[in-house]
Amino acid sequence: MEFEPVIGLEVHAELRTKSKMFCACEVVDSTTAAPNTTVCPVCSGMPGTLPVVNQKAVEFGIRVALALECEVQQTSIFARKNYFYPDLPKGYQISQYEQPLAINGKLIIRTSEGEQTIRLRRVHLEEDTGKLTHVERDGKSYSLVDLNRAGVPLLEIVSEPDLHSADAARAYGEALRDILRYLGVNSGDMEKGVIRFEANVSVRKKGIAGADGHPPLLGIRTEVKNLNSFRALERAIEYEIERQSKIIEAGRTVEQETLGWNEARGATYSQRSKEDAHDYRYFPEPDLPPLVVEQNWIDEIKSKLPELPRARYLRFIEDYGLTAYDAARLTEEKEVADYFESAVRGLPSTVQPKVAANWMLGDLFSLMNQASKTSEFFKNSEAWNRVRPEALAELVKIVSEGQINQTSAREVLNEMFESGRGAAEIIAARGLKQVSDESFIAELVSQALKENPNEAASFRSGKTGVVNFLFGQVMKKAAGRANPQVVRAELEKQLAQ
Amino acid sequence: MTNLTELTLTEMQAGLNKGEFSSRELVQAALERLSQVEPALHAFLYIAGEEALAAADEADKKRKSAGATGQSPLLGIPIAVKDVLTVEGLPCTAGSKILEGYVPPFTATSVKRLKDAGAIIIGKTNNDEFAMGSSTEHSAYGYTHNPWDLTRVPGGSSGGSAASVAARCVPAALGTDTGGSVRQPASLCGVTGLKTTYGRISRYGLVAFGSSLDTVGAFGRNAEDVAQIFSVMAGRDQLDATSADMPVPTIDFVGATGQSPLRGLKIGVPKEYFIKGTQPEVEEKVRAAIQQLKTLGAETHEISLPHTEYALPVYYIIAPAEASANLARYDGIRYGPRADAGNLWDVFFKTRGQKFGPEVTRRIMIGTYALSAGYYDAYYGQAQKVRTLIKRDFEAAFREVDLIAAPTAPETAFEIGERVDDPLAMYLEDIFTLPANLAGVPGISFNCGFDKNHLPIGLQLIGSHFREDLLLQVTHAYQQVTDWHKRAPKL
Repeated sequence: MEFEPVIGLEVHAELRTKSKMFCACEVVDSTTAAPNTTVCPVCSGMPGTLPVVNQKAVEFGIRVALALECEVQQTSIFARKNYFYPDLPKGYQISQYEQPLAINGKLIIRTSEGEQTIRLRRVHLEEDTGKLTHVERDGKSYSLVDLNRAGVPLLEIVSEPDLHSADAARAYGEALRDILRYLGVNSGDMEKGVIRFEANVSVRKKGIAGADGHPPLLGIRTEVKNLNSFRALERAIEYEIERQSKIIEAGRTVEQETLGWNEARGATYSQRSKEDAHDYRYFPEPDLPPLVVEQNWIDEIKSKLPELPRARYLRFIEDYGLTAYDAARLTEEKEVADYFESAVRGLPSTVQPKVAANWMLGDLFSLMNQASKTSEFFKNSEAWNRVRPEALAELVKIVSEGQINQTSAREVLNEMFESGRGAAEIIAARGLKQVSDESFIAELVSQALKENPNEAASFRSGKTGVVNFLFGQVMKKAAGRANPQVVRAELEKQLAQ
Repeated sequence: MTNLTELTLTEMQAGLNKGEFSSRELVQAALERLSQVEPALHAFLYIAGEEALAAADEADKKRKSAGATGQSPLLGIPIAVKDVLTVEGLPCTAGSKILEGYVPPFTATSVKRLKDAGAIIIGKTNNDEFAMGSSTEHSAYGYTHNPWDLTRVPGGSSGGSAASVAARCVPAALGTDTGGSVRQPASLCGVTGLKTTYGRISRYGLVAFGSSLDTVGAFGRNAEDVAQIFSVMAGRDQLDATSADMPVPTIDFVGATGQSPLRGLKIGVPKEYFIKGTQPEVEEKVRAAIQQLKTLGAETHEISLPHTEYALPVYYIIAPAEASANLARYDGIRYGPRADAGNLWDVFFKTRGQKFGPEVTRRIMIGTYALSAGYYDAYYGQAQKVRTLIKRDFEAAFREVDLIAAPTAPETAFEIGERVDDPLAMYLEDIFTLPANLAGVPGISFNCGFDKNHLPIGLQLIGSHFREDLLLQVTHAYQQVTDWHKRAPKL
């Protein structure tokens, strides 16, 4: 039996505003900040406190909604989602329910099967919860509550069940992360938990159409919660597809339930059955008037949206003649793409932008990866200043003019990265400038042929492979600085005589 | 020297300004009065004697240095605050065991504005637990007695504040009104109590009960005093997103032309508020008071607020629904007592089970039920629709009339213990006050006579949104020609 998986994703993305969603507390990195240091009466749920909406969070939410081609609702309503847990200070989370911030968007993803459009159901604003840490002390177990994260703005982005493989789900997650980073609303640092996934997974028999021309019926779905990395997302979905397929093949029925993901065991586990499902008793938040956003404001936010990853990717292929692979890598992060375009602007028109791309994706990336994370390099102006895009362009230009060879160029880039000095300065100081002077090279070639008469003879007798040995001899005499093209040409010329 | 506690707030201001007495003397007099009457009344949950005296000295110093002009309007005036409003550094229990020992780290905006205007907080007054009740008997810390008859209730939920003003402990006190909790105790204690327009005064620091209904209000001996407290507290607060950005009027009691504010005023008398079951003396005195307003120049018209009968059931769905969420934060995790239990869920169950009183528990259960999947539309959803009809009743009425006059409560003060185990009888106490909360409009209650047991009877005036000025002016005009409001209980 062949099965088709049907997957919908709910993505929770923290919004990187200065202050929290409903109070003035600073938003900090909750993985490193000392516990409970950015907490006030409002976000700790003290009696008598009231929420006030953070306008910047609304702006960020609208920015994302517009980037995802959603219809931003002029009036949206905050609602209380009621449940008890120690990380939820008020006993309810302020979220949006019946009237979300935005609806009906789309996201185009790339998979091995090409581009796919994934429809988005809704985008809504809410607040994050605190964090619990479970510890053992003196043989007793405790749960410690840290409310630094409580009240941090969260954006929930809900897709339609348009995804049909773990691969596509990952591509969707990555595309969304790239957009959030381009918009400057989220760091994209998955390991800090700033983007979290929930996957709704079901499978159905392939090729069975629904009645009366309706689309085929969906299978019973499970919801896998708290997937905090692309890898976990992918693995959990793969696991669920296989588990559910086996259940159906065995003639049994999949149980609708909420699942957790055990990373170590690589398996999902049951958290709540359908019968135990929470009744969140949503109702409109009486402490907040309806959120009304003026069309002018939406238009203004729209006019300030940056070029988004996919548009830039297509333009890089089109304008710079890059391969799809290179364009994808260069446009994943805005700062990297900006760097590339700055470098290209510094190149003479005779040099293909692709050459600069090769230098970036090859040598520069590997240097950066040795030093720190690539993304940090491009964001950290101090590091970035060491090899500014104009400096890289200069190096590429020097190489393309044949002033130094590839090997020397690598050394130069190394030193640029270490010292922050420019390519020309390093080349001059180290005497690396390539020699293209034909009479000088002709002299070196003739010396090498004299010193190696046997090899010269075997070439002339037809063993042309020996030319590489002779080439090496010439380059040795030139201490690597001779222009290789000129050397080859001269060698062939003299050997032919 | 005159007995300082007999003075009204306005008289206290005059005396302070003339240097007849100091703020310290005022506060000392209040504390002495409290030590006399408090054992019989139990109007207070916390008396901040030392803090108040220190504040009084501070106020006296300020008065000397600043001179007669440029004074903060309430400088050196002692007031009391209902225990559902937070004052930084003073315990705040909201009348509940679940907040025993809790000391809030911030002051409610309403209280802060009064303090900034120079007022001195004498203490926190008793109330029904989380303001849920109409007799103050649902306080977890014992009930308050009515100063007119100690065997009777002072009304509620702001019973402590109403009693403390009636008993001449303080010239004014703060209350909150979610379904009648200022007006009904004002009626039962014979003082003037103003329920403000929803959104007029910030709710920040008001321990939430029914968030879409909760309002801050004030008690005083007369309209003039209440107006002073009101004007200081009113106005937009950026900490409360539902507070209205409306200008706060200066309430003119003299009148530019010297004419009665009642000349040509149209007063609506809703037939739905004069029904069987109301104590005959209450109806009699209320009608007499309305007649008095007529002699002052008002016209009266019988009107109809046709959805009045639905106010009670609508209220008892919406208020408990909101309360069920508002009270979810009392889980024993961050503040208040925590029950000893072996696991998380037992901490929740035991703390809440042991520390909430029966009326609070009842309302949490009603509210949780009304919001549950499968019941939401039939209860909460339907109640919201009917609430809109009740609002429209008032909108229609205020197209015809300027004010509505009615009894505040169907009866005068009842005996302690008489209704505490009969929730429905207790809920009926608020039958004439609930509609104004559902519509968000302001109301006032003031003494308009006594029954045969010498218990005060309240007249309620209801105004359209943000017309507290008119309510206060009309009350003042009435109080200029009557002296019911000057009668004091013998204690």
